[in-house]
Amino acid sequence: MVPIAYYLILAAILFCIGIAAFLIKRNVVTIFMSIELMLNAVNLTFVAFSHMWHQVSGQIFVFFVMVVAAAEAAVGLAIIIALFRTRQTLNVDQVNLLKN
Amino acid sequence: MQTALFIIFGLLAVAGALNLLFQRHPINSALSLVVVMMSLAVLYWSLGAEFLAAAQVIVYAGAIMVLFVFVVMLLNAGEEERTHGSRIAYIAGIPGAAAIFCLLSFVFLSSKTALGTTQLGGYLSSATSNIRDVSHVLFTSLLLPFEVTSILILIAILGAVVLARKEL
Repeated sequence: MVPIAYYLILAAILFCIGIAAFLIKRNVVTIFMSIELMLNAVNLTFVAFSHMWHQVSGQIFVFFVMVVAAAEAAVGLAIIIALFRTRQTLNVDQVNLLKN
Repeated sequence: MQTALFIIFGLLAVAGALNLLFQRHPINSALSLVVVMMSLAVLYWSLGAEFLAAAQVIVYAGAIMVLFVFVVMLLNAGEEERTHGSRIAYIAGIPGAAAIFCLLSFVFLSSKTALGTTQLGGYLSSATSNIRDVSHVLFTSLLLPFEVTSILILIAILGAVVLARKEL
């Protein structure tokens, strides 16, 4: 008998850690991982609300989020490989071609 | 039993996420993210989402994180060096994230009784798992979005192959 609110607060904790990691981290792969962490936190919220309303719609939404996250990971990591091939670095501070 | 499961795996998930934040080497961050995803799979199962728990283990911990580890190994990524280009992130970002967390927890705790409590395994169907309900909705009323996602995956595969080619 765990209150739904605790699940939502756990999801909020994970989401805020994801935000902090996204802002602090300098490695582009780790930044990408923190995006995945935020997606997972939102998925937990969807599953908790699906449990609360006794409906499967939330779970199906999570399924679609997983599919889109898989596609996003494939394309994003390909972009990271292309970036490393041209710039020879993974540090986002040194990827400033559009800055000037 | 569900309280014990929630406490153990919730703490494990938070510890993994904090470890992702504090580790300097990307491979350590990737492995702590695997810990977070496995704990979330247990929490999904305790909320009555068996299919999503399996899909979380297979798709996230199995496929996506293997892809991450492959890329970290392939690019031979070392420890990230500390730079001072992100001072605005420390000044504005961390209090902002903390403020978002405080706001969300206040909202959730103030409506705690209205949100109700959970039961182990969920309400959806007591005898069998809810894979039947999920697949029934997925293949009847949501058939078109399901097919569109397969096209999305196909385009993502093509895009990944084109982007990661040697001569761009």
